[in-house]
Amino acid sequence: MGYEAIIGIEVHVELLTRSKVFCGCSTAFGAPPNSQVCPVCLGMPGVLPVMNKRAVELVIMTGLALNCEISGWSKLDRKNYFYPDLPKNYQISQYDLPISAGGFLEIDVDETTKRIGITRVHLEEDTGKNLHPEGASYSQVDFNRCGVPLMEVVSEPDMRSPQEAHEYLQRLKAILQYLEVSDCNMEEGSLRAEANVSLRREGSSEYGTKTEIKNVNSFKGVQKALEYEIERQNKVLSSGGAIVQETRMWDEQRGVTSTMRSKEQAHDYRYFPEPDLVPIVVDDAWIKELRQALPELPRARKERFVAEYGIPEYDAGVLTAAKAVADYYEECVRCGAEPKAASNWVMGELQFRLRETGTDMAECRIRPEDLASMLKLIEEGTISGKIAKAVFEEMFATGKTPGDIVGEHGLQQITDTEQIGEVIDAVIRDNPEPVESYRRGKTKALAFLVGQVMKATRGKANPQLVNEILREKLS
Amino acid sequence: MKTNKKEGADPSGLTAHELHDLMQLGQLRCTDLVRAVFARIDRVEPKVKAYLCLFKENALEQAARVDEKIERGDELGPLEGIPVALKDVLCTLEGETTCASRILKGFRAPYEATVVRRLRESGAISIGKTNLDEFAMGSSTENSAFQITANPWDLSRVPGGSSGGSAAAVAADETIVALGSDTGGSIRQPAALCGIVGLKPTYGRVSRYGLVAFASSLDQIGPMAKDVKDIALMMNAIGGKDPLDSTSANIPVPDFLTALARDLSGTKIGVPKEYFGEGIDDDVRESVERAADRMKNCGAEIVEVSLPHTEYAIPVYYIVANAEASANLARYDGVKYGFRFHDANDTLAMYEKTKSHGFGQEVKRRIMLGTYALSSGYYDAYYLKAQKVRTLFRHDFEKVFSVCDALIMPTSPTPAFRIGEKTDDPLKMYLSDVFTISANLAGLPALSIPCGYSKEGLPIGLQIMAKPFDEVTVLRVASAYEQNRGERLGKPPLDGDEEN
Repeated sequence: MGYEAIIGIEVHVELLTRSKVFCGCSTAFGAPPNSQVCPVCLGMPGVLPVMNKRAVELVIMTGLALNCEISGWSKLDRKNYFYPDLPKNYQISQYDLPISAGGFLEIDVDETTKRIGITRVHLEEDTGKNLHPEGASYSQVDFNRCGVPLMEVVSEPDMRSPQEAHEYLQRLKAILQYLEVSDCNMEEGSLRAEANVSLRREGSSEYGTKTEIKNVNSFKGVQKALEYEIERQNKVLSSGGAIVQETRMWDEQRGVTSTMRSKEQAHDYRYFPEPDLVPIVVDDAWIKELRQALPELPRARKERFVAEYGIPEYDAGVLTAAKAVADYYEECVRCGAEPKAASNWVMGELQFRLRETGTDMAECRIRPEDLASMLKLIEEGTISGKIAKAVFEEMFATGKTPGDIVGEHGLQQITDTEQIGEVIDAVIRDNPEPVESYRRGKTKALAFLVGQVMKATRGKANPQLVNEILREKLS
Repeated sequence: MKTNKKEGADPSGLTAHELHDLMQLGQLRCTDLVRAVFARIDRVEPKVKAYLCLFKENALEQAARVDEKIERGDELGPLEGIPVALKDVLCTLEGETTCASRILKGFRAPYEATVVRRLRESGAISIGKTNLDEFAMGSSTENSAFQITANPWDLSRVPGGSSGGSAAAVAADETIVALGSDTGGSIRQPAALCGIVGLKPTYGRVSRYGLVAFASSLDQIGPMAKDVKDIALMMNAIGGKDPLDSTSANIPVPDFLTALARDLSGTKIGVPKEYFGEGIDDDVRESVERAADRMKNCGAEIVEVSLPHTEYAIPVYYIVANAEASANLARYDGVKYGFRFHDANDTLAMYEKTKSHGFGQEVKRRIMLGTYALSSGYYDAYYLKAQKVRTLFRHDFEKVFSVCDALIMPTSPTPAFRIGEKTDDPLKMYLSDVFTISANLAGLPALSIPCGYSKEGLPIGLQIMAKPFDEVTVLRVASAYEQNRGERLGKPPLDGDEEN
């Protein structure tokens, strides 16, 4: 009998507020070290935190989007541990009464929809960052990140495979980006994921001993780390061993996890209610207001794309997975593009080029209205599909409009029958043999002649017209 | 004080409101007042040792500006030009903020406490920062890392604590008024032991921003002065909501001067029987009972009441306060400011050495106790239970205040004890706060006012409490009592020194 993996995921995201959670300092990423700090986020003697209301709102909105109950009364707690990047040596977090709890997130697994339970969504403060200059006998601390509002989303152990974990993370990220609560940028550390996994005999209802995996830097990394860890636990259990409850560190380079700290070394955080902050009281009116402010979420948008634009469900799923892509697509259609054609180009050529060049959707040089007008040029027959690819390349590289590119290079499709006729006459004159074999019934020869016409017009002749006129002239 | 404002008399012995009148009338220059206070400090400070640092130059500059205003004939605010001493737990832009701890020696705050800003904006002149028990942990000011402050009434005795420096400075006329902080009695007990008036306002009445935290849910800043009217003036200046302190209450601040009264007709005053049991000094009991009689003479109705959970005050307090302190003091680790132990091999060793060398005995004891009380497996038995009992205290008081307007009881079970008398026995020291702690646990306003002397001539304090945010009643009862005390208050016998 085999083992079944039980996976839960904890995600920390930095919230997109302008100022920090307990003071007025900026949250902008990338500023010079310790340039965005004040006595409050540095936890200096005698200062007090003051709650950023927007941060609470973003947590509530996330809770609502994840189908959670919003607590009418929640509180902050102190989580005590010593670390130089934590200037107060306690983190203000939420312990037993989070802002929201008890929700779910739907993911697609093997053509079906599966609900992953959301245990809780709570608010806390981020820590600073320790820096270890090479060769130095000292360390430094950058407190710019310290006090940036951090939201923790904890899932139930409802995932059964690394793929499900990956899908969960993608869906969650899409929702958070749709809500604009976080930019979810893993490289800048604004989204951090930790997974825990245990194995149990198939058919058993009891959980096994779990391990936690830290230090994962990408969704793919989570998947790979889980695959490794499941394999590792499987080996241990299959050989009659027992899993040790511990935190393990993922080594991306070597592709292995290793012990970071055992249960015995686990911190006693000595949580207690934060006396410097008043409880967070959320009334129904506030919840209602925030519910109304919720944007359309990925799932709803996907359904609408199918209904409104008549595109296949698959297309709608791909297009709505990331908000920026969905926004781009919709803008393109709004500018007059035929929905299915727009979908093909956005999902295909555009995504391909973005990925190939490592470009962010936001930095894409092709504006949606330009893509729409390119599609129109194809539809009207001004350029062929083949020419369009070249035009697209240039648009992507230069940001020029398709009209300008077509004009500059004289790429307009030739639809003038007289002009095409003249070219055809020349082709017939220069290729007596293929002409003869066509006339003898070898229809294949026609393709060759069409190709010659296209070649002579550098692909600009309308292929349909070429076909028609050629047949006519040869009959 | 109804003495004539004799010209040439030392103004350092007067109250803020008396000095205000003199300055407004042009009979006293603010510069002369400030000089007089510093002259007094020069004379008595070597014996009292109330101050950790002085701001003489700045004080004189500020005084000169007040004098310009007086010369122009501008109207002075009630506290304008009045010297004030600040307990060294309040962050000031001027000087260091040390909390009387080695661990903060040399720390200069780049911000100031809201109360300090409010006093500055009202024109009061900060003249220096006063000694205290390290991080306000203690009842005698003997836990200061820097010096021992003496009680001006008897230099061999403690001034009380933890705001002992502020209390001694006011009593010795080394300042006109002062600010203290009170977590378990740290304003009221030293006020009682030094024969002055001290008010711990309702929790949330005064912003805690810039007060270096000891126990955040109990700490409250309050005024210390020679009479009730000065307390009211100070409260007018420092009270009220502060956007920088979310626990400060958004409740309108009345003009506390209107609370002052001579008569107590229609006022029902409760005397909780639990405050007169074992351990109370006979002189203290008699003085408080005499004060109750005085109040009856002013028209008050005196009733005996009960606060049944009083016996749990000390254990509950030492769990809650130390638990909060263990987190509040965690930040002093040598990483960012203050003292750092330099010869450590790694971060953990730096933490350990910094804390063991930087903190004093009592502070370390309380951090250990608090850490223990919050530890996994003990939280429910200690911290959580203590919080539940705290609710019982609130209920006790709610019940009592449904039948009476104010409570009176002793502030401290004994008058000032001798320096060194209780330093070896922390439990005995903790019992000094037995009557003051409940007001912190329940968040009530409570004031101590002199109500006589012991046989040895040491001051005794009467404590007055009322409902949360009802400082008006506290001040009304206190001022009526003050004006009908029938007992002439003396001055500490320090003046002998001056005759030399």
